[in-house]
Amino acid sequence: MKEPDNHPEPANDTTAPAASFRTYWRLFWSTFYISAFTVGGGFVIIPLLKKKFADELHWIDEQEMVDLAAIAQSAPGALAVNASMLVGYRVAKVPGMLISIVATILPPLILLAVISAFYDILRGNVIVAAVLKGMAAGVAAVIADVVIDLGRKEVGKKDPLAIVIMLTAFCVTCFTNVNVALVVLSCILIGIARVLLARRRKPGGGESAS
Amino acid sequence: MTLYLQLFWSFFQVGLFSFGGGLATMPLIQDQVVNIHHWLTLPEFTDLITISQMTPGPIAVNSASFVGMRIAGIPGSLIATFACILPACIIVGILAYLYYRFRTLDTTRGILASVRPAVVALIASAGLAILINAFWPNGQVSPRETDLVAVGIFCAALIVLRRWKASPIQVMLGSGAIGCLLYLVLL
Repeated sequence: MKEPDNHPEPANDTTAPAASFRTYWRLFWSTFYISAFTVGGGFVIIPLLKKKFADELHWIDEQEMVDLAAIAQSAPGALAVNASMLVGYRVAKVPGMLISIVATILPPLILLAVISAFYDILRGNVIVAAVLKGMAAGVAAVIADVVIDLGRKEVGKKDPLAIVIMLTAFCVTCFTNVNVALVVLSCILIGIARVLLARRRKPGGGESAS
Repeated sequence: MTLYLQLFWSFFQVGLFSFGGGLATMPLIQDQVVNIHHWLTLPEFTDLITISQMTPGPIAVNSASFVGMRIAGIPGSLIATFACILPACIIVGILAYLYYRFRTLDTTRGILASVRPAVVALIASAGLAILINAFWPNGQVSPRETDLVAVGIFCAALIVLRRWKASPIQVMLGSGAIGCLLYLVLL
């Protein structure tokens, strides 16, 4: 797993923490905590992971977090598990990945066992319903907050194609039933086409290593 | 033993073929659990989906723990959950390795530049779906049906997040507490 050293890392102020028990414990606890609040679909975990690991702990770069979300979406399986698995890998390689998996799965495992036992009582409970309704509005605000940050960053790159992709992808996922994995796949193809075109236009501008 | 193997194989398939996530996984699980193996009846399966919607955790993982527990106790629940995430572990592991090995190359960077805006859009549309569901819980999008409490909580939460950089989980807990108070007082 040696990184090719002729290509330096892109400049950023984030570093993976040293592999220590403290790191593992923080990774476990943060992921566990986040997973316990990922209600309402896997995509909710992306803003939470970004806030925790990029904005707060600075273990991951913001753009890298977006890349990890794309990878998580392109692979089969639950998005929430895939995304935290990737974060775990970034923080502490394979041990980190295993820690993240366990931490992501434990909260639903425990909660589901408890809830299935008391399902009938909970389903009709007014207080539970009111709390859940309030939390749904809060979740929407958390997502809006992260979308504003990331969207502003994409627009700020002054790349017209990026803005077109963003608006098209938004319309497609909002108004049609197209599988989101297909959206990501199409964008990968667009990206490949774009790289090839750029290279043809500028001969000799290709990369040295492949 | 055969039961454990059946559980493992069924949920391994669920994990392997569930692209897109969320409710897209539902028919696949239903097929394995209700149609092929008759581990749950359809009403039980519907309840399971409802529980999954209001609790944290992916539907596939929730189903695996629930079904495993029902038909083979705690070992069953662990085996089914493990089987369900195993394919993703392998594939995501490989992708993660490739990403960190090649992400500094110009080609990879060029491709990622096209994928990032789409991911932002995906997050936005997932958020919009949740927002619509919170503002118009009856399914009718019209000014008269608007849940003003939800609108108020949303605006307050967004201001707290933007202005004071509050922690998202605290904001969610706060929204739950305020929602509980307001909905119970107003009802």
